[in-house]
Amino acid sequence: MLEQLRDNLQTIFKNLRGQGKITEQNIALALRDVRRTLLEADVNYGVARSFIDAVKEKALGEKVLLSITPGQQVIKIIHDEMVRLLGDTQVPLKLDGLPPAMIMVVGLQGSGKTTFAAKLAKQLKASGKRPMLVAADIYRPAAIEQLQILGEHSSVPVYREQNRDVLRICRNALAQARNSDVNVLIFDTAGRLHVDDAMMEELSAIHRELKPREVLFVADGMIGQDAVNAAKAFNARLDVTGIVLTKMDGDARGGAALSIRSVTGKPIKYISAGESTEDLEAFHPERFANRILGKGDVVTLVEKAQEAFEEKDAERLEKQLRKNRFDLHDFREQLKMLKKMGPLSSLVDMIPGAAKLKNAQIDETQFQRTAAILDSMTREEKSRPEIINAGRRRRIAAGSGTQVSDVNRLLNQFDQMKKMMKQMNRMKLSKQAMQKMKSMPWN
Amino acid sequence: MAWFKRKKQEETLPEKAPETPQRYEYGLSKSRKRFREGLLSLFGLGMKIDSGLLERIEAFLYESDLGTAVTELILDEIEKESRKKLLLNEADIRELMLRLFGEMFKDDELSIPLEQNQPCVVLVVGVNGAGKTTTIGKLASHYSASGKKVLIIAADTYRAAAIEQLDIWAQRAGVEIIKNLEAKNPSGIVYDGIQAGISRNADLILIDTAGRLHNKAHLMQELDKIRRVIAKVIPDAPHETLLVLDGSIGQNSLVQAREFSKVTPVSGLIVTKLDGTAKGGSMIAIRKELHIPVKFIGLGEKLGDLLPFSPAMFVNALFGGFEDRS
Ligand SMILES: Nc1nc2c(ncn2[C@@H]2O[C@H](COP(=O)(O)OP(=O)(O)OP(=O)(O)O)[C@@H](O)[C@H]2O)c(=O)[nH]1
Ligand SMILES: Nc1nc2c(ncn2[C@@H]2O[C@H](COP(=O)(O)OP(=O)(O)O)[C@@H](O)[C@H]2O)c(=O)[nH]1
Ligand SMILES: [Mg+2]
Ligand SMILES: [Mg+2]
Repeated sequence: MLEQLRDNLQTIFKNLRGQGKITEQNIALALRDVRRTLLEADVNYGVARSFIDAVKEKALGEKVLLSITPGQQVIKIIHDEMVRLLGDTQVPLKLDGLPPAMIMVVGLQGSGKTTFAAKLAKQLKASGKRPMLVAADIYRPAAIEQLQILGEHSSVPVYREQNRDVLRICRNALAQARNSDVNVLIFDTAGRLHVDDAMMEELSAIHRELKPREVLFVADGMIGQDAVNAAKAFNARLDVTGIVLTKMDGDARGGAALSIRSVTGKPIKYISAGESTEDLEAFHPERFANRILGKGDVVTLVEKAQEAFEEKDAERLEKQLRKNRFDLHDFREQLKMLKKMGPLSSLVDMIPGAAKLKNAQIDETQFQRTAAILDSMTREEKSRPEIINAGRRRRIAAGSGTQVSDVNRLLNQFDQMKKMMKQMNRMKLSKQAMQKMKSMPWN
Repeated sequence: MAWFKRKKQEETLPEKAPETPQRYEYGLSKSRKRFREGLLSLFGLGMKIDSGLLERIEAFLYESDLGTAVTELILDEIEKESRKKLLLNEADIRELMLRLFGEMFKDDELSIPLEQNQPCVVLVVGVNGAGKTTTIGKLASHYSASGKKVLIIAADTYRAAAIEQLDIWAQRAGVEIIKNLEAKNPSGIVYDGIQAGISRNADLILIDTAGRLHNKAHLMQELDKIRRVIAKVIPDAPHETLLVLDGSIGQNSLVQAREFSKVTPVSGLIVTKLDGTAKGGSMIAIRKELHIPVKFIGLGEKLGDLLPFSPAMFVNALFGGFEDRS
């Protein structure tokens, strides 16, 4: 995600860095490019303008111009401003107080509310909560069935009722939760346009009566300039407590994140990046800004690794990553682990400088094929890939039900992987960092 | 600013497609008024173009999701024009925009080739949540109302309750549906569906596919396979591939159009959710770069909330309407 913005900024920064002495003029020029980049990334026009103004003001300060590394200074200002705009700290969900804690999930049509509700329920359950989903979308065809199925996938109960009165459904769900051991209620509401008064009033009524602890505004990560209008309207009505950006597994530049955050002043709490119920991440402004600015996101990578494996697995992974040479045995192991960590594409995102790799086709079924091919190799072949000649390739292809070209591709992939691992090695994957990041967002 | 008035969400079953000319006029007069309030305030009569005004125009263009390429193109044209003529007034600017976009859309083929093909196979594609399933319900109703025998194929085997959702739309539209709740393989369903369509003498076959992000290689391969399976049954099919775009999405729409076109040549766009405040300006960039015409626009969640696209309407809604005819 965001690789385009990142690439563009990197080009601009490279130019800035190249200039030993920075003048007012070349700062203005660079900022014009930054502004264009932001607008292309769907950052709202007004938001982009204030961003540039703020950076300009700081960059033109005398200290910056006179410093030895003015280019670096400007980059730092842009980075800091980006982080400031995204929200300085990570804000966890507030689920304390008298149970059940209520979470209302709201947003425009098709933004990803229902999927997110199910993902959140699954995560909360994994962290020891006892959530229940409430089917509060009575309008969209088969919306209730959708939530029911997703709830079953996550082994979370779903409250549903044949009733045309949404407020009543919500009320009844709460009553049932109070009579059970459920301690978190997640309301999946219908998608609606912010200009639809009747539908907005429906939400207000639920909000007034239930006083949910969290109201999460779910926005499609690909949303354009209209993001600010919708976000403002939902926030004005419901006093939103957090923002969720979805479909971030796509290649949208995600400028909406900056816009929505800055017009509502509300924190972005989650990033949804995939259709399966695992693909949910807490939002970390600092890391996100780093991602935008091309520094990669080692911390998230490590955290993901931690969630996917036991401690000792993580340690082994760490060792693997540190190892400079590894063979196809390791590759097979890596695959197993990476598979557990979620879609490969989202992982590649977190590796500094790996944005380019994305063009090299990240394909999940390829993953399975790769595993089959590896399993058709002998031990010796895995230890010494260089012995795999044409004859062996044919045998491996036949054994794994693939083509020779697939085997060739895998061996190339292996080389790519090696390069990726080398990249990772250069970063400090300290054990402390891994420990530090263990805290879950709602703790 | 909304393009069109959104109709109240009623609980009654949606009505059949309305008389479109009236809807146009209605929507148009509304949008004219709104644009008067918005854009008109930028132009004092006979005002000279200065940088402040240009900046306000720029803001307006960006906020319509037109994107940098199109916005810069328009601003360049305005600047060029202002050099030719000392005083540039609103009429000049309107004329200029009408000319630019009018030319862009002028030779577009907006109909679906129903008469030339029997059955006419229409493949509907797009990213997650764009509005494909809803739009298929609307299209089915639209063509069924005009006397065509319509058949829907439920080829979204991935999303939870997708088939149930489409089934409800098929019932609302009163058309047949080919589905298999157990199936995991969309191309199998598509194959069966088209065979069924042929033997049942369908005029129009609409294929609903799962939403997929264009950067997922395996999902795009799956789409390619669907397309090939269609062509295996009817060699020149699909006769139409419609890409459904959420009108509130920004510049990524262009990327979507580009990427989907690589896998299955897109013959038309349907831009949905224009009943809100989003203006769907990214369709201009798509038209400009990829020459894909917009065929329909979605204006709500009911069967009748689909309008055939009219270039004049769009140009007027977005840039015209400086004069209030009502
Ligand atoms: N790729 C991807 N798809 C997603 C993500 N979140 C949701 N989706 C998909 O987007 C589509 C819409 O998601 P829903 O969860 O049904 O959205 P919703 O906001 O509940 O939609 P309505 O109730 O119709 O307003 C579905 O096809 C989901 O599978 C995500 O993070 N990544
Ligand atoms: N307001 C509005 N909502 C729409 C429109 N078209 C679709 N929707 C809604 O957008 C959501 C996603 O639509 P759906 O057809 O399921 O999208 P799909 O995932 O592409 O098949 C649903 O809640 C629809 O009711 C439209 O033109 N206007
Ligand atoms: Mg929903
Ligand atoms: Mg669908």
